[in-house]
Amino acid sequence: MNINFMRFRKIAITISLILFVGSIGSIFTKGLSLGLDFSGGTLVEIQYEDSVDLQEIRGVLSDNGYEDFQVVNFGSSLDVLIKIADQPGNSSLGDQIFTLLSSNDFEGELKRIEFVGPQIGSELRDQGGLGMLVALGMILLYVAFRFQYKFALGAVAALGHDVVIILGLFSIFAWDFDLSVLAALLAVIGYSLNDSIVVSDRIRENFRSERALGSEDLINLSLNQTLSRTVITSLTTLLVLFALFFFGGEAVRGFSLGLIIGVLIGTYSSLYIVTTILISLNLSQEDMAVPDVEGAEFDDMP
Amino acid sequence: MNKFPTWRYFVIIAVLMLGILYALPNLYPAQPAIQVAYTDSSKSADQSLLNTIREEIAKQDIEISEINLKNNNIVAQFSSVEDQLIAKTALQKALLDRVIVALKLEPTTPDWLASIGGRPLKLGLDLSGGVHFLLEVDVETALGDKVDGLLNSYRKKFRTENINYISSSISDDQVSFKFKSSEDYEKALDIFLTDTLTPTGFQFDLVEQSNISTLKVSYSEIAIKELRDYAVKQNLMTLRNRVNELGVSEPVVQRQGANRIVVELPGVQDTAAAKKIIGKTANLEFRLEAKSNASRLRKTEFDYKDERYGTAFLENDVIVTGDRVTNANTGFDESGFAQVNITLDMQGGRAMQRATNGNVGRRLGVLFVEQKSKSTLVEDEFGNEVIEQTSYIEKNIINLATVQAVLGTNFRITGVGSPQEASELALLLRAGALAAPMKFVEERTVGPSLGKENIELGMRSVMIGFLMVILFMGFYYRLFGLAANVALTSNLVLITGIMSLLGATLTLPGIAGIVLTVGMAVDANVLIFSRIREELKGGKNPHQAIQDGFSRAFVTIFDANITTLIAALILYAIGTGPIKGFAVTLSIGIITSMFTAIMGTRAIVQLMYGSRNIQELKI
Repeated sequence: MNINFMRFRKIAITISLILFVGSIGSIFTKGLSLGLDFSGGTLVEIQYEDSVDLQEIRGVLSDNGYEDFQVVNFGSSLDVLIKIADQPGNSSLGDQIFTLLSSNDFEGELKRIEFVGPQIGSELRDQGGLGMLVALGMILLYVAFRFQYKFALGAVAALGHDVVIILGLFSIFAWDFDLSVLAALLAVIGYSLNDSIVVSDRIRENFRSERALGSEDLINLSLNQTLSRTVITSLTTLLVLFALFFFGGEAVRGFSLGLIIGVLIGTYSSLYIVTTILISLNLSQEDMAVPDVEGAEFDDMP
Repeated sequence: MNKFPTWRYFVIIAVLMLGILYALPNLYPAQPAIQVAYTDSSKSADQSLLNTIREEIAKQDIEISEINLKNNNIVAQFSSVEDQLIAKTALQKALLDRVIVALKLEPTTPDWLASIGGRPLKLGLDLSGGVHFLLEVDVETALGDKVDGLLNSYRKKFRTENINYISSSISDDQVSFKFKSSEDYEKALDIFLTDTLTPTGFQFDLVEQSNISTLKVSYSEIAIKELRDYAVKQNLMTLRNRVNELGVSEPVVQRQGANRIVVELPGVQDTAAAKKIIGKTANLEFRLEAKSNASRLRKTEFDYKDERYGTAFLENDVIVTGDRVTNANTGFDESGFAQVNITLDMQGGRAMQRATNGNVGRRLGVLFVEQKSKSTLVEDEFGNEVIEQTSYIEKNIINLATVQAVLGTNFRITGVGSPQEASELALLLRAGALAAPMKFVEERTVGPSLGKENIELGMRSVMIGFLMVILFMGFYYRLFGLAANVALTSNLVLITGIMSLLGATLTLPGIAGIVLTVGMAVDANVLIFSRIREELKGGKNPHQAIQDGFSRAFVTIFDANITTLIAALILYAIGTGPIKGFAVTLSIGIITSMFTAIMGTRAIVQLMYGSRNIQELKI
């Protein structure tokens, strides 16, 4: 198999740019639909034996003076999820609502109540954002240390690309963004980097051995050599993620969705983003001139 | 021929055996059990309680599969959940409030496994069901009270020393005094420098401004930190006492960060009741003993907490309540007897002064006020006996002592018995009330059905994902795929074993982490196998190709995994409960997968091809 990846480089970058700018635009204008962990508030999940009329539940709630709430089905028509926006510090709201509904002919089984105070929500937001930046920074350092700064820039550009586009999709489709999606995002960072490193590793190796080829051809060769691995690993990871998405229940749906998108975009970005950065930074033989010894010390390993 | 030292086989087999050994406890299903303890935490369960329990349960025609005395509790195991519930109700009816009966799942790990540290995985609240509370200690209020107290102490001191000041105020937790003359200023400065009005020995920052005759004093950073630590620790202790009353088998009460406390109660469903007990106010009241000729309307008879002393009449007027107690500790009086030193805040001190002024020689009582719940047997509308819980307030005298002089903010209670009794009294005085108010900032309740559902769904997706990957690898790589599949299976066993051994908690995101690991772990094998294919294509002989494939792929695998590990560690640092679980399984999975996919697969491939003279390698 020999695909000329670099021939489609311009088209790929154009698509990436459109997606990237669109995502940024949506994040800044529409924002993320923050889940309870980050927005703060109260959530009650109740399971009924027969499906219930959501409109009636809404009626009961608004008749009793509740405002700014959402009542939706969760997973199946038997499960009802009630979300009430931030009521500063009132931690007993969930119990109140469950008791209220039970006494109004909506007697069901309580599945969960969650209350996140406003300050916790904003702390988790800050921590999450900070964690993301720290993760990117540390990975940049590690790759720069193990490879060369041009690779590090390529890898981090790919990560930034992946993260922004996933966030953008969550924003555009108004999917709930909670702690588990943040966890998925960090796992995507790990995964996408995996891909970028495998590709970079091969490019570095080929730059040393195949001195006759130009850099664009070298990158093409490297991509083709790693292609089967890239595809197979993405496939097995997607297999388990789909298992999780379809059989893991509502609780892990956002998480698996984030990861599925992440694996797809991560695979793509390791093919195009990393390599485009390397080409535009004029990666050359000289960058590889300093002989790396770390390969040698492991040679004796299995 | 390929070289593969024999010792490596031994390492692999040893690690795998250990993994299997410590994963083993998870195969023994936990048994429904009840845990019984005396309500009075000072009494520990004994043989007689065990016998009573045995008799009571025997009356119900159900069988106990095992009953043991364990860490001051009695644990009785049953073969079914129905029996467990029958036994619980029966015991509660028979023993009512004398004991706390909690439902629990008792692991049935065999003794030989338990003796080497084997235990099943701990389930997080999202899998076991239960409540998680996060409480925040309001340190600001506690600090504000302290500063108020400080201002009042100095005002009083200046009055008695005849030092005139124009104004006194508090701003930003800083007490400031403005003086008329430099003479007063000097005298006041002297007091600030020499006389520590701080009963707890906290440090102060003093700002002198002699040109405008103003003195400012505030608690130092260290003092504020100490104050916060003290308030949180105090509340933590009080909370532990309260949670014990709930009868939960494995509660968690832990400090989190500077001023927060996490409370986790597995299996508890009635959050409203749990919140009431956690947030309740045990308190103290100081009252004078009633004069013998006082009218019945103005006095009340109370029991002593220690039943030996009987009862006594106290006045209905409450002088001071326990939240005015800022500190209490034990010491010894001049003749070497134990005493309790009590410090009140300024408001409390003033009230105490007014009340004791002219009442020297009378006795002062300390009442312990507790909100309690009582169970009684009542008949419901169908004529069945059910247990009804009512809450009531109980007040007991913990001490009654003669007032020797007019009391203020600092006084002592003597004649409190042995040093041990004195320290118990001090503890009650301190622990009875909270050191600072608390509020609930986060609460998560997971119903038992959701917990069960989460386990089932999680396990199902692990199985399905695992099977699909196994099928794919076997189909695509044939014999080599088989090696990778053996490695993948050992990886799952190792993750389970290590997590059980470390006592890590399994959560739903944790299960998701395991699923993800299954998908990503084969990456190492895929890298190695692709490399071997390439080496073969490049014209190397099979043995050389295997050798080079493994060694060349290693560096790549190592780099790729380290970066995922970095992401996982950061996730651990920023995540809360369940997300931490994801980070833990992901990290463990990455490490074990490196071991099984590289070392393990290598060993299997070696066993398959190592000693043979192969001409052609199918991969």
